[in-house]
Amino acid sequence: MSEMKATRDAYGEALVELGKHNPDIVVLDADLSSSTRTGVFAKEFPERFFNVGIAEANMMGVAAGLARSGKIPFASTFAVFAAGRAYDQIRQSIAYPRFNVKIAASHGGITVGPDGASHQALEDIALMRVIPGMTVLVPCDAKQARLAVMAAAAHDGPVYIRLGRAKVAPALPEGAGFEIGKGLVLWPDISGEHKGIDHICNHLQQAARPGKPLFDVSFIACGITVGPAIEAARTLEREGMSCLVADMASIKPIDEDLLAKVAKCSSAIITCEEHSVIGGLGSAVCEVVSCIHPVRVVRLGVNDEFGQSGSAEELLEEYGLTSRHFCLSAHNFPGSMAKMPGSKPVFFQQFLG
Amino acid sequence: MVGRAGSGHPGGSLSCADIIAALYFGDVLRVEPDQPNWPGRDRFVLSKGHAAPVLYSALARRGFFSEGLLPALRQFGSPLQGHPDCRKVPGVEASTGSLGQGLSIAVGMALAAKLDVSDYRVWVLMGDGECQEGQVWEAAMSASHYKLDNLIAIVDHNHLQIDGRVEDVMSLDPLAEKFKAFGWHVLSVDGHDVERLMDVFQQAIDVKGKPVVIVAETVKGKGVSFMEGKKEWHGKAPDAGQVEQALKQLAVV
Repeated sequence: MSEMKATRDAYGEALVELGKHNPDIVVLDADLSSSTRTGVFAKEFPERFFNVGIAEANMMGVAAGLARSGKIPFASTFAVFAAGRAYDQIRQSIAYPRFNVKIAASHGGITVGPDGASHQALEDIALMRVIPGMTVLVPCDAKQARLAVMAAAAHDGPVYIRLGRAKVAPALPEGAGFEIGKGLVLWPDISGEHKGIDHICNHLQQAARPGKPLFDVSFIACGITVGPAIEAARTLEREGMSCLVADMASIKPIDEDLLAKVAKCSSAIITCEEHSVIGGLGSAVCEVVSCIHPVRVVRLGVNDEFGQSGSAEELLEEYGLTSRHFCLSAHNFPGSMAKMPGSKPVFFQQFLG
Repeated sequence: MVGRAGSGHPGGSLSCADIIAALYFGDVLRVEPDQPNWPGRDRFVLSKGHAAPVLYSALARRGFFSEGLLPALRQFGSPLQGHPDCRKVPGVEASTGSLGQGLSIAVGMALAAKLDVSDYRVWVLMGDGECQEGQVWEAAMSASHYKLDNLIAIVDHNHLQIDGRVEDVMSLDPLAEKFKAFGWHVLSVDGHDVERLMDVFQQAIDVKGKPVVIVAETVKGKGVSFMEGKKEWHGKAPDAGQVEQALKQLAVV
């Protein structure tokens, strides 16, 4: 396996790659170019890099004007400042006129770590997802981040890409592609190479248990939780549970077709994300399966609260986002989740008692 | 238009009508109505999007679209939205209406012109009350930082905003000095003297090395006696009798 690498690192490299081939690529930052990794692009193409200073609202507006004039701007800052502070500018100046601006926001989620709650965006997916016409991508590893950046550049219209500070292990198999609007089934790993859900279902159908869905539990994950979800599935299978893991990097548009198929062949779905359980991937999954094929869904993420300082590992442990927590959730399902350490599913307590 | 729509912003539209007329009919803006997206065109961003009726009137009379469309202002299904939508109306460069955002967009356009070594100019019209938005000053800072001498901002200084006199609500004085301190070349003019406006536009075009702001002294509701200088006419439509009286005074009929 290759080395651990943060998605933001892949972003910086992808920008340089894009910049070499396309003179219309321009990059903006708001005084965080060393953290967001746009600095790599700035070094290579100083004339196409604009550091607007600590002024995120202006940065989004300037990006809008550049896009209106034919450029493909990538505007970067931390996710809290992009989706939060500059929300109105993204809505009014970029998304409403459907300008071709790419907002690449780094430091999404709690794995920002020691900076604490003020810098941990847990609402950005919800905020961006609700804007009409906005594409929302949350890559799970460095390779997928590169592919997502390329896809965003090729896409005509506004895109929000959420990137992480922490290093992550590769989660995707060799040869996995990326397409906006498509999810990927990463488990069961029946042949060592990525196969679509139809292939997997046909393959497993032969050993299907009569009267029971193919999968006891299916994990739908994005970002940094994808690797742990695969690990959880591996553990659970050793214990005799059948599991599926789907990577849902394209949160909007979401792969409704894949979600429908997963829902139909699963007893339960667990969504995993480094984001509030309100409005993010879990909500997006519920919105789809509730009308296509209702199945019980548990949303794992950060409950209705702010984060805190700590190392990425400590915080993932505290907020219940490790493979161990995912396994526990599968074991307890559909019983009370309240027993889980670090996980306080206030919504489910009411329903499940 | 506003009277027929039953809602809208006559006061701030009339205060900038002479400015927009001078830009579109004084041979100032280099535009091609037949090719609204001609890459070499001058850009005009109406940051004070509530003055949409005046922009629509100018665009229609310049031939961007039929004048017959004008009565559909603010009507359901009409491209003439209450605030400009650049995806619906040819000649509109940006979708504005949320105040304080137009100058940033104009800065982006001016930067693109510099990158492309293109000689088009970017004009942006702002309200004075709008300058209370912090983003305006973020944008002002960046325009002078990038030495955008292809960017000309005009402030429609009519001294009134929805809640009252700008000086009472949140004073901007000294406005010209503020822009000067931000690195801009500042010009002042009577915003209703078209000849003087044309003069000042040329002076602005000739400035090199820094962005230019033209502070245009105007009267809200200009040309309609019962609207002039009245904050009440910021966002209220006249009734039929008032429309008749107004049009008579404006010598449109």
